[in-house]
Amino acid sequence: MSEHDDAPSVPDGPVLSLRGVSKSFGGVRALVDVDLEVHEREVLAVVGDNGAGKSTLAGLLSGVYRPDEGQVLLDGAPVVLGSPAAARAHGIAAVFQDLALVDDLDVVENIFLAREPQRGPFLDEITMEREAWGLLDQLAASVPSVRQAVRTLSGGQRQVVAVARALLGSPRVLVLDEPTSSLAIRQTAEVLNLIEKLRERGHAVVLVSHQAGELQAVADRIVVLRLGRVHGIVDGDTSYEDLLAAMTGAVRPGRAPRGGGPGTGSPRTEGGVLR
Amino acid sequence: MSVPGRTSGLSGVSTSASFSGAVVARVRGAHLGMLPIVVALVLIWAVLGAINPAFLSAENLVNLTLQSVPTGIIALGVVLVLLVGQIDLSVGSVSGLAAAVLAVGTVTLGWPVGLAVVAVLVIGALVGFAYGVLSTRLGLPSFVFTLAGLLVLAGVQLRVLGPDGSINLPFESWLVRTVQQGFLSPAAAWAVVVVAVVVYAGTRVVDHVRRVRSELPSPGLARIAVHTAVLAAVLSVTVAYLGTARGVGYTVALFVVLVVVVDVLLRRTRWGRSVRAVGGNRRSALLAGVPVRSVVVSCFVACSTFAALGGVLAAGRLAAANQGTGGADTYLLAIAAAVIGGTSLFGGRGSAWSALVGVLVIQSIANGLTMLNLDLATRYIVTGGVLLLAIVVDMMIRGRREV
Repeated sequence: MSEHDDAPSVPDGPVLSLRGVSKSFGGVRALVDVDLEVHEREVLAVVGDNGAGKSTLAGLLSGVYRPDEGQVLLDGAPVVLGSPAAARAHGIAAVFQDLALVDDLDVVENIFLAREPQRGPFLDEITMEREAWGLLDQLAASVPSVRQAVRTLSGGQRQVVAVARALLGSPRVLVLDEPTSSLAIRQTAEVLNLIEKLRERGHAVVLVSHQAGELQAVADRIVVLRLGRVHGIVDGDTSYEDLLAAMTGAVRPGRAPRGGGPGTGSPRTEGGVLR
Repeated sequence: MSVPGRTSGLSGVSTSASFSGAVVARVRGAHLGMLPIVVALVLIWAVLGAINPAFLSAENLVNLTLQSVPTGIIALGVVLVLLVGQIDLSVGSVSGLAAAVLAVGTVTLGWPVGLAVVAVLVIGALVGFAYGVLSTRLGLPSFVFTLAGLLVLAGVQLRVLGPDGSINLPFESWLVRTVQQGFLSPAAAWAVVVVAVVVYAGTRVVDHVRRVRSELPSPGLARIAVHTAVLAAVLSVTVAYLGTARGVGYTVALFVVLVVVVDVLLRRTRWGRSVRAVGGNRRSALLAGVPVRSVVVSCFVACSTFAALGGVLAAGRLAAANQGTGGADTYLLAIAAAVIGGTSLFGGRGSAWSALVGVLVIQSIANGLTMLNLDLATRYIVTGGVLLLAIVVDMMIRGRREV
C-alpha cells in the first residue's frame, strides 16, 4: 500500500469525472445530464432521498451500468467501464450496498475473488492469507479467522471484509455505496475514520449515502441529487438543515460553494443525527 | 489425494479418544465435510457384510468398484453443474447417445475405436456447450432445457441405434478388453500408492514450511503425519485387499484419477474458486469480476463430456450399446450419488469426492441387495430412503444456516 505515499501522478485535474451522463431504466430516468468530478485526496459525498439516483450513480462509476448518454472520463480521457472487472482494471473499486460477498466462501477467498495470486497454475493461498491479514490490520478489523466462512461474520465484520476487498491493489478511486447502512453507531464511526484514512493516503473516495448527518464529518464536497439531477454541489461543512432542504427540495441551497461555511450547524447536527 | 476434512475426521474416529473432542467441535462447527457419509458407507458395508459375508469378499468388492465407474464418472460431472448452481437432467441420455454413436461408429461404420471415443467426447462437449449458451445467453432455467435435452437426445439415441435397437461390440475390441479385463498390475498399483502418498505428504510439508516462514498458523507436522498415515493406510488396505482378487481395474483407476484432478482444480485453481463463487452467489461473483458466463459454460461442457465418457465405459462394460444404455434410472442415480456424497443441490457447496463416495453408497446398496436376492423394487425403495436420509442428516448438521 506504500505506493500511495508517493505524490499523485495527476496533481490538479480530477481523477474521475462524469460529463452529461444520463441513464434510464425502461421509462424511468434514473439520472439526467449529470456532471461530476472527484479528485485525489478528496471525499466526494453524494446525497439524495430514496430514488434520487444515488445507487445508479455508484453503479455507473463502478462499471455495473453503462451510461445511455454522456461520458465517463478517467484523468480527462474517456473510458468505457463495461463491467465491474473493467472498472477495477482502471483503478476504480466499489463497495456495493449489499456488500456483494459470497457467504459460502471464507474471508480470504472473498477478498481475493477473481484476483487471486497464483504460483504456477495453482492459487497461492499463503500469500493471500498474509495479505488478507495485512489489509484487515490496516482497517483495525477484529476478524477472528481469515479462514472463516463470511456467513458466520457479523454485519460490521462483513462490511470490513468488503472494504478490504475494495482496497486490494490500492485502487485510485473508491466508490462506497451506503457503507454504513447496516452498522451500529460505533462501527459507523470506524468506517468514517477509515474513509478519512483513505483520503490521507491519496485515494479519491465517492461516498454515497442518504444519511446526510454522517457526511459532514468526512466529506470535502457534497453533491445533492434530486430526482436524477444534480441539485447542487456544496461544501462539506454545509449545515444539516440546508442539506436536508436541498435533498427534499424545500429550499434551494446556494449553487456556488459557500466560502466560510456556517459553523453554527455542526453541533446541533451531531446531536440530532447520532442520538 | 488430499481430503483434509475427511481424513482428519476419520483419524479422529478411529485412533483415540484424544481426537473425540475435536470431532465434537467439528460437529458443532458444522465443518464436517464428508465425514457423515463416509461413516454411513462403512455402516452400510458392515450391515450388508453381516447379513451376507460374501458381500465383503475381495471379488465382490472388485465387482462393486467396476460397477461404480460409469455412474461415478457421470456423477462427477453432475457435481460440477450442481456446484455452479445448475442441474443437468440429460446426463443419462448423453451417455446413452455416446454409447450408441460409439457402437455404430466402430461396428457399423468401421471407425477406429480411439477416433470413435474422441468423436463421442466431442459430441458430449458440444451438447454441454449448447446448454451453457442456453443458460448464459438466453437465461433459461437449466432444469427445463436439460429436461428437453433428456428427451431429444434419448430420441437421437434411438435413431442412431436404428431398427435393431442394440449393437454388440466385439469382445476383441481393445475398449471392451480394457474396460472388462484391464487391471493394474500389483507393481503398478503399489507404485501409484507410493506416488500418491509422497506427493500428498510433500505438498503438505511444503505448505507447512511456507506457512511457518510467513508466520501463519499451520496444522503442524504432527497432524500432517497423521493425515498422511491415514491416507497411506486407506490406499494400502484398498490395494492389498482388492489385490487378493483381480485388483484395481483400469477404469477404476481412471475414475479415481479424474476425481483427484477435479478436486485439485476445484480447490487449488482460480477456475475452481470461481465455480464455487458463482454457485454460492452469482451476482456477487459477477460484481467481483468473475467471468460468470464462461464458468457456467465450462461446467456444462465438463458435465456432458463426463457423461459421454461414462457412456463409453458403460458400453465397454456391457460390450454392447442398446436402447436401455443410459436410460431409466441412470441420470437419477448419478444426481443422487452427487447429493448423497454431500454436494448441495443449491450450488456453492460440494466436493469432487462426493461423486466417489456417493456412487459407492448407491452401488453398495444395489450390489448388496441383489446378492440377497431382493428385487429392483426393494433396491429403488432403499436407495430413495438413503437419499432422503442423506439430505435430512445434511440439513440437520448444517442446521438453520441453510435458511
